[in-house]
Amino acid sequence: MYSEITANKRKTFGLMAAFILLVLGLGWALGEYFGSPSGGLIAAGVVAAVMNLIGYFQGDKVALAASGAKPIERRDNPQLYTLVENLAIASGLPTPKVYVIADPSPNAFATGRDPSHASVAVTTGLLEIMDRAELEGVLAHEMSHVKNYDIRVMTIVVVLVGTILLLSDWLLRMTVFGGRRDSEKSSGQLGVILLVIGLVLAILSPLLAELIKLAVSRSREYLADASGSLLTRYPDGLARALEKIAAHDRPLLRANHATAHLFLANPFDPHVTKKFEQLFSTHPPIEERIARLKKMGTTV
Amino acid sequence: MFTPLWIVLGAVALIAIWFVATYNRLIQSRNRVDEAWSDIEVQMKRRYDLIPNLVDTVKGYTKHEEGVFTKVTEARTAAMSATTPADHAKAENMLSSTLKSLFAVAEAYPQLQAVQSFVDLQHNLTDAEDKIQAARRFYNANIRDFNTMLQVFPTNLIAGMFGFLKREFYDAPDIVNEAPKVQF
Repeated sequence: MYSEITANKRKTFGLMAAFILLVLGLGWALGEYFGSPSGGLIAAGVVAAVMNLIGYFQGDKVALAASGAKPIERRDNPQLYTLVENLAIASGLPTPKVYVIADPSPNAFATGRDPSHASVAVTTGLLEIMDRAELEGVLAHEMSHVKNYDIRVMTIVVVLVGTILLLSDWLLRMTVFGGRRDSEKSSGQLGVILLVIGLVLAILSPLLAELIKLAVSRSREYLADASGSLLTRYPDGLARALEKIAAHDRPLLRANHATAHLFLANPFDPHVTKKFEQLFSTHPPIEERIARLKKMGTTV
Repeated sequence: MFTPLWIVLGAVALIAIWFVATYNRLIQSRNRVDEAWSDIEVQMKRRYDLIPNLVDTVKGYTKHEEGVFTKVTEARTAAMSATTPADHAKAENMLSSTLKSLFAVAEAYPQLQAVQSFVDLQHNLTDAEDKIQAARRFYNANIRDFNTMLQVFPTNLIAGMFGFLKREFYDAPDIVNEAPKVQF
C-alpha cells in the first residue's frame, strides 16, 4: 500500500513534467507559425505552469463541477454520510467531503489531491438501486482510491488532458484552416517542415493524452476493487453493485472524456464489450471485475 | 591495492544504511499501531458517554429493574478502566451483554419505544458501535502489517535485536445491540 502511494506521487510528478514538455512543444509550433518561437515558448510556459497549478490545487473542483456534483451534509443523507465516515475510520483517513450527482445512471467517483482534500461523489441513481452492503462496497472502492493517492494522479489528468485537447484542437484549426501570416519570412522547405511538425504534434497530442489516461486508470480499478474489499471484508457487496450497474446499462448524462477515467464504471458504457473499446477503454470490462471479486469472496 | 578496501567499506556502509532504514520502518509501523489504538479509544469513549444517558432514560420509564442498571454501570466502569487491549476486549464483551439485558428490559415497556430521546440514543449507540468496529478493522490491519514485518527475514533479525514484540489482534466479538427477542 505504501509503495503504491510513492509510485502515485512519482507518477503525478512525471505527468506534470511531461505535460510541460508537450505544451512547450505545442507553443513552439504555434509561435513558429506566428513568426515568434520565443513568444510561443513563453506563452506555453505560462500556460503549462498555470494549468499544472490549477490541476493540482483545483482539479477536484473542476472534476466535481464538470459532473454537476452538489455537496451534501450529514442531515441531507445520514445513511450515506455515516457509511463514508465509518469507512474513513476503517481506513484511518479523515472523512472526505460527500457529493451527490443528480443522474439516474448508477456511478461514483473520488477526487482530490490527498486524503485531507478528498471528495467522494455518488449519483442519485446509485443511491436508488443499491442496498447498504452494495453501497458500502462502492464507497470502499472509492476510499481505496483516496487512500493510495490514485485520486491525485487521476485528478491532475482531468485538467492536463483537457488542456492538451483544447490546445491541439486550436493548433489543428489554425494550421489547417488559417492562413500563414509570415509567408515571406520562412518560406520554402523550412516552412513545410514546420507545418508538418505542427500537424503531427496537433494530431499526436490528443492520442497521447488518451494513452496517458489509459495508463493511469485501468489496472487501478482492479486494485481498488481488491483493497476496497479488504476494507469491508465483503467482496460480494461490490460484486453485486457492479452486477446491478451492468444490468442497468445506462450511460451517464454528463459523461465526459476528460473525467471518464475517474468513475467507478465506464460512464459511456459499463460493459466495454467491443474489441476496439477494450483497447481504448478507461476501464476494464465490468464482467471481468465481477468475476475477480467473486473469486475473492470464495477464497477469503 | 585500495580496491578491496573500498569494496569492504562500501558493503559496510550499505549494511549500515539498511540497518537504520529497517529500524526506522519498524518504529514507524509500531507508532501506526499505537495511533490506531487511540482511534479505537476515541470511539469507545463516545459509547461510554452515551450509556449513562441511556440508563437514565430507561430508568425513568421502568420499575423494579435496579439490578440491570447497576450491572450496566459496573460493566461500563470496568471497561473504562481496562488498560490492555485484551482486558478491553473482555470488558467490552461484558458491557455488550449487560446492554443486551438493558434493551430486553426496555422491550417490555412499549411506551419507551415512543420516546424520541430513547430512539435517538439507540441510534447513536448503534452508530458508535459501528465506528468502534471500523476503528478495530484499521487497528487490526496495522497489527497485521507490524507483525508481518517482525516475522519476515531479514527484518526479524533487527526486530529480535531490539526486542520488538508481536502485538495481539483486537478480537472483540461482534458487538450486537439488537434487542433480543423476549420469550414469554
